[in-house]
Amino acid sequence: MLRTPLYETHKRLGARLIDFGGWEMPVMYRGINEEHVYTRTASSIFDVSHMGRLVFTGSDSEALLQHVCTRNVGKLKVGRSGYSHVCNERGGILDDVIVSRYEDRWLMVCNAGNREKIVSHLQRHLEGRKVTLDDTTQKSVMLAIQGPATMELFAQHMPIKVGEVARYGFVTGSYLGQKYSIFRSGYTGEDGLEVVLSAATGVLVWDFLTQDGSGDRVTIRPAGLGARDTLRLEAGMPLYGHELMEEVDPLSAGCGWCVDLEKEFVGASALRQIAAEGPRRKLIGLILEGRRIARQGARVLADGAEVGVVTSGTLSPTLEKSIAMAYLDASYCEAGRSITVEVRDQQIPAVVTALPFYKRSA
Amino acid sequence: MGVPNDRRYLKSHEWHKLDGKICTIGITKFAADELTDITYVSLPKVGKEITAGQPLGEIESVKATSDLYSGVSGVVVEVNGRLGDSPELVNSDAFGDGWLVKVQVNDPSQLDRLMTAEQYDAQIGG
Repeated sequence: MLRTPLYETHKRLGARLIDFGGWEMPVMYRGINEEHVYTRTASSIFDVSHMGRLVFTGSDSEALLQHVCTRNVGKLKVGRSGYSHVCNERGGILDDVIVSRYEDRWLMVCNAGNREKIVSHLQRHLEGRKVTLDDTTQKSVMLAIQGPATMELFAQHMPIKVGEVARYGFVTGSYLGQKYSIFRSGYTGEDGLEVVLSAATGVLVWDFLTQDGSGDRVTIRPAGLGARDTLRLEAGMPLYGHELMEEVDPLSAGCGWCVDLEKEFVGASALRQIAAEGPRRKLIGLILEGRRIARQGARVLADGAEVGVVTSGTLSPTLEKSIAMAYLDASYCEAGRSITVEVRDQQIPAVVTALPFYKRSA
Repeated sequence: MGVPNDRRYLKSHEWHKLDGKICTIGITKFAADELTDITYVSLPKVGKEITAGQPLGEIESVKATSDLYSGVSGVVVEVNGRLGDSPELVNSDAFGDGWLVKVQVNDPSQLDRLMTAEQYDAQIGG
């Protein structure tokens, strides 16, 4: 299993470690629920160094990314990032990624479990183009610092000004002689930052950011992948392997906003056909009665038939309700509709709801 | 780890504490910690007959859903009603307030076949 440069830090903090996409990663430190609530109310730091970080240089970099991404990345200005899908010819989702445009290069952040698949997909489409692809994942650290107190606490601990950076913007610079990139983005539904640094600096910055405040001062605390999952679920954000997979297209997944059907890219013609016919199934939210959790694969029933399947579920710490995301036949997707979810041998009443479940106050 | 030696254990992490003919059943602190935040506990109704080695209910956490087993046979005489609203009691006090059910046992000697605290502690690597 692969380990991030922060592996020893996690062990020292008493984290529980699990295999995630081939990486030994912290799932929790103090408790998933506590870390979730702390992120919603203060600020948490997550080691997300397992995420793939692919760097493109060369004059054809933009053309390559336009060819593989559903998003029109040509519209991104320098210093801006955009969410995109990468599809196969059938319009099936190979991965969901964030593409960032630098002055002299491009960065694609992809899912840990899809990194090898995406690198080989890119290499197939790279032939004949002037592009160098550098997989920098294991040479750097990526930290996500998320929550309403993040911007203030980051400014207190680090001599780097990021307050002016807009959402989905990023800044670059040097710290302790090492280059960094700081992005105003995240996967929790909160304001926050994602930081890419060299391995050695990343470990130091983690320590700086999490040092104890004196007395009642709010501090940035570590949080694991368990809380990251429940946070993204409340925020209605899809996760590869649950909501997103090769058998699903971006339009059915509710991600049509990151697909530009006016341009050519791998999967475009298949997606144009799906757009013309309308997706057969759509991703929606469910709120279940009671406290039982509907997990991936739970059947959704209506009118005595199976009309959908759950992709993720949890007991929402913020709403204190059992929530789930599910794919439903398009005719059952209207918000407010009553429906049944089969959890083990129990039939649980549920209501269809629009995503997200949680939206932070501005 | 601190496994209490006033009760007996199943390999599947349930504890059994006998008081006369009434056996209280719960899950161990180790199991509660492994499950992480417990969100729901499904228990049998009072009067239900349960059989040693058979599932008696289910316990859910953010991470997973698991079956609960009984090491004794008998009739359920009480269930912990506080767990309906506060299943997290199992996390905070697994060996005390987080108990699950009380069973009137047919044969108290059934407990002798369960693991001792020492054996259970060895199993969990304590």
